[in-house]
Amino acid sequence: MRAAAAFAKTKAEGRAALVGYLPAGFPTLADSIKAVDIMIDHGADIIELGLPYSDPVMDGPAIQRAADQALAAGFRTKQVFEVTEAVSGRVPILVMTYWNLVERYGVDRFARDFKAAGGAGLITPDLIPDEAGEWIDASDAHDLDRVFLVAPSSTEERIASTTAACRGFVYAQSVMGVTGARAATSAVAPELVRRTRAHTDLPIGVGLGVRSGDQAAEIASYGDAVIVGSAIVNCYLDSEDVPSGHQRLAELTADLAEGVRR
Amino acid sequence: MPNPDAAGHWGEFGGRFVPEALIAALDELEAAHAAALADPGFLAELDRLGREYGNLPSPLYFAERLSEEAGVEVWLKREDLNHTGAHKIRNVLGQALLTRRMGKSRIIAETGAGQHGVASATAAAYFGLECTVYMGEEDTRRQALNVARMRLLGAEVVPVTTGSRTLKDAMNEALREWVATVDDTHYLIGSVGGPHPFPMLVRDYCRGIGDEARAQFLDRTGALPDVVAACVGGGSNAMGIFTAFLDDPSVKLYGFEAGGDGYDTGRHAATITAGQIGVLHGARTFVLQNEDGQTIESHSISAGLDYPGVGPEHAHLAASGRAAYEPVDDAEAMAALEKLARTEGIICAIESAHGLAGALRLAKSLEPGARVLVNLSGRGDKDMGNVVEYYGFEKGE
Repeated sequence: MRAAAAFAKTKAEGRAALVGYLPAGFPTLADSIKAVDIMIDHGADIIELGLPYSDPVMDGPAIQRAADQALAAGFRTKQVFEVTEAVSGRVPILVMTYWNLVERYGVDRFARDFKAAGGAGLITPDLIPDEAGEWIDASDAHDLDRVFLVAPSSTEERIASTTAACRGFVYAQSVMGVTGARAATSAVAPELVRRTRAHTDLPIGVGLGVRSGDQAAEIASYGDAVIVGSAIVNCYLDSEDVPSGHQRLAELTADLAEGVRR
Repeated sequence: MPNPDAAGHWGEFGGRFVPEALIAALDELEAAHAAALADPGFLAELDRLGREYGNLPSPLYFAERLSEEAGVEVWLKREDLNHTGAHKIRNVLGQALLTRRMGKSRIIAETGAGQHGVASATAAAYFGLECTVYMGEEDTRRQALNVARMRLLGAEVVPVTTGSRTLKDAMNEALREWVATVDDTHYLIGSVGGPHPFPMLVRDYCRGIGDEARAQFLDRTGALPDVVAACVGGGSNAMGIFTAFLDDPSVKLYGFEAGGDGYDTGRHAATITAGQIGVLHGARTFVLQNEDGQTIESHSISAGLDYPGVGPEHAHLAASGRAAYEPVDDAEAMAALEKLARTEGIICAIESAHGLAGALRLAKSLEPGARVLVNLSGRGDKDMGNVVEYYGFEKGE
């Protein structure tokens, strides 16, 4: 299932999509599968699986800790295909990954194995289209979505060329900062979405340190998808044990899902 | 000048593997750097700063007693005599002057043992810039004296508690901070790594080492050296001395990487020797990594070489065969450090001792009287703690 399928549904319902992010292998391999099921059960429209990496320069403290924990427990790249296979079929599954892991696995081989597992595409936070020739070829060959990022500092020219290279949706990194950081002013994100929309008909997802249904509702008023990551990871980091993390995740997802439906 | 292509590639190496949010700042930096290098006023100011403040040009020194022992002529480019004790002053003066030119008021920097942090704090003090230095928590404890130096110079030192808490994590943290503060902050990167234009820019500010040495060598000997040798961690001092000789085909270029406990033990920082291509800190280059592409921790007695990546231009010089790269292990480096101290009365940095040790090893296969130029990139004061510890263990003293 590709991202477009989820956006067709949310558009028909006249609302924004809820995108839930969790690193594969966190809090454990089995529990990351369970967590994704919980998010889908409680209203997530798209799932973003993070691929844990030793040097995640775009991530804030929560996602760094989660990735470290997964790696310390022995997480291997190929296990992201297991997780994908276990959860795919209900909503689109995208993988968000730093580029070295894909390059090391082999770009075409990664695309092939991910497609075979039922994956929709990749979100690539440290790969700009300018460097993405091999990935563009592989994602065409294996018919996968490719989601690049735009940022408040992007020029009009770069927004145009980046969105032209995207398939599925566009990721608006709406804070100049790491994941989990909050915007200094709420005007930056709507402005970036407005600028981006001038260059593309693709849906635009917004990541903005969202923690609650109210915040999700606010972003849903101008964005096509509300992307939530750190708050989801914190459900487990802040819980005494995994079952209470699952419980918190269910409550958080339900709150967020209600937010995008207001 | 052998510049990369417009997108920052040397062959398959280099480029920009960073979040889109940084691209505008990298473009701005690239344009500002190009304009600065074309501005006689900027170049004159940088030259004046180097001479009056940095103690440049550094001398070229013929190491007579060491040469007798080695059987070849050993010439040392004395970067250890620069202000702050290493070649790094060249990079920070250039970038700090550029920061001011860009109208930014703050610099951030990463540091391993603290040498680049101290140099950055020094330049920040000189120019009246705010300065924040990211340093792995482990390193802040081991290098308390350098932390004190940075604080005395007015810099804020932020211990980094993520990942392996070493230099690579300090770089991650500096990149994260830069994304959030890019409007008024310049990331004063400490080596020839990172996304384009950093590898080119840092090389441009360090190339005075080789430009001076080449002219000094011709002046003193009437010829070019047969071999130019330098240590390579990220590789700024080596690119600094290599660049002037790249178009001299008779001059062989050697970079010596940290072999740590010995290359065969796997505990080393010999990134090019290990030969695995990957992406780290914004560039495609050689990377110490596991089967999945996760970065592996490097090991070296020399904190300045203890880094799991290497500048992309070095990767290209290695792949194209223009320069050769070999590992030098801890023991070999420490032996060279001691030999230089006892034959010449010069205590060099452990980093630089790797370059010297490699040159002395190479000397055995050279014609007698061959001329070897070694970049003595830094002085050893900072390493005395390590030296005491090392000889205490090795000699039971």
